[in-house]
Amino acid sequence: MHVVVCVKQIPDPASPYKLEPDTHFLVRPAEQVLDDTDRYGVEMGLQIADQTEGTVTLVSMGPAGTMQGIRQALAMGAGKAVIVEDADLRGADALTTARVLSAAIGREGFDVVIAGTESTDGYSGTVPQQLAELLGVPALTYAKHVEIGDGTVTIHRQTGGGYDVVTAPTPVVVSVTAGVVEPRYPTFKGIMDAKKKPVESTSLADLGVESVAPGQEIVSVSPAPERSAGEKVVDEGEAHLRIIAALEQAKVI
Amino acid sequence: MAITTTWVFVEEVAAAPASIGLELLTKARGWEGQVAVFYLGAGSDEAFSVLGAHGATTVYHLDPGDNLGTAQATAALADLVGQHRPDLVLFGLTYTDRDVAGRLSARLGRPVLSNAVDVRVDGEAVLVVNEIFGGTQLVETAFRAEPPHLVIVRPKSFPAEPGATVTPEVVPVALPDAGHAGQAVVAERQVEEKVGPQLEDAAVIISGGRGLGAAENYALVEDLASRLGAATGATRAIVDAGWVPYAKQVGQTGKTVKPDVYIACGISGAMQHLVGMKDSKLIIAINKDEEAPIFGVADLGVVGDVHQVIPRLLEALDGR
Repeated sequence: MHVVVCVKQIPDPASPYKLEPDTHFLVRPAEQVLDDTDRYGVEMGLQIADQTEGTVTLVSMGPAGTMQGIRQALAMGAGKAVIVEDADLRGADALTTARVLSAAIGREGFDVVIAGTESTDGYSGTVPQQLAELLGVPALTYAKHVEIGDGTVTIHRQTGGGYDVVTAPTPVVVSVTAGVVEPRYPTFKGIMDAKKKPVESTSLADLGVESVAPGQEIVSVSPAPERSAGEKVVDEGEAHLRIIAALEQAKVI
Repeated sequence: MAITTTWVFVEEVAAAPASIGLELLTKARGWEGQVAVFYLGAGSDEAFSVLGAHGATTVYHLDPGDNLGTAQATAALADLVGQHRPDLVLFGLTYTDRDVAGRLSARLGRPVLSNAVDVRVDGEAVLVVNEIFGGTQLVETAFRAEPPHLVIVRPKSFPAEPGATVTPEVVPVALPDAGHAGQAVVAERQVEEKVGPQLEDAAVIISGGRGLGAAENYALVEDLASRLGAATGATRAIVDAGWVPYAKQVGQTGKTVKPDVYIACGISGAMQHLVGMKDSKLIIAINKDEEAPIFGVADLGVVGDVHQVIPRLLEALDGR
């Protein structure tokens, strides 16, 4: 099967995020990392490709920068990457992202498209479904387990109270939750090989996607009313009594 | 021109309307104009009357049968929206709602704003409020495209209160042919047995994080919870590590909770976690690291080792 995995480079979540003051766009440094949640999608893609003697292509949108994040995913074992980079895509919303990704994916061809359920920096959580609608395929979403059949994909779809077993014929979009598989760590050989793997950079014009004015506008950003810190006590063997007093006051006990 | 019609997408969960749907209806009936529901599920007179009690005057009902149904719901909803032209369509931040909202956005070519914690109608302007950076900043976004405006709202953003006395008109919707996109079928439904109080409605929640040190130490959280009649929660870190199931996850990518008391055990307080629990009435945190961000929101912060504090707490509670 030909598997396309959607991946995103994001600012390192360990460092504080900032917005550009005039545009309210997220500040993106040249060096971005692979969104941790995408490691699950890449691993899932590699396992499906292994089982079906298939291929894994990465598709990404956003400033390429140093491409550290893309190389991370290639080092895990993906064969090649396509990255859509265009000045007109700064601050793109979820629907624009889905339009761009669907154009790039449509050009590659696919049996299965895999994405995380939401990115860690934007977390709109609608791109996999928007992609599926644009590609005209079923969306098997929130998968915590994936099985490949003969021309079908079956998942355990997370629900509020458990999970549903859902099957659809390929081609299909699958969104995976963290924990669907255990992502592999890149080997030294993988890291070296990743430097030589093909990465195609493409633009909106190349894909034939017209840039559209965004359908929404941020009108204000303001600090949220802060919840002030209360009392802090260092435990010297008696702190549990303070907890009991607080629970009594809250009438829990 | 003000808002004349708001639609609310409501999924059926355990033979009743999802609680987030009732929260959204309660909010929508406070605005001017009509409120209608697009209901996805088997449906029943009882379910429809609950929707009416929360403000729905019309219920468009689609029964997906054994189909996953998200593509069919999208096709049907797009058709109805084209005919009736609501100004706003509200969804909850839940699995199926997100599926339909995303697909509908692509089908209609309209943006969808996700993760809303408030929606304000000001004349003809619709403003959506989001929390970013772990709830430290509020972002207000206005729609600039033509209606319908699509919004996905976080659960517990509004209270659900019955109060309307409406018997809604129920309009059955035929299952449309969604072609290849509609071929996802549900073969089996697994409902995990719910034991004890549930995160969504518990008055007291005990949550654990990495600071517990090992999966087996989650028992400390469970023991304390059972002693206090509380629900148990977890951070994304220990869910991803496989210590506890995803259903226990509190935070941005998990559940939003607002209990009377939230006790965070061995939780550092990553943004992703804080956003899901910072509106709890009383927050108690136990953590070894004095600098942990969780202490920034805790009413009572105990700088100490959970492996010592919780056993002593349990012992003291037993002695009462």
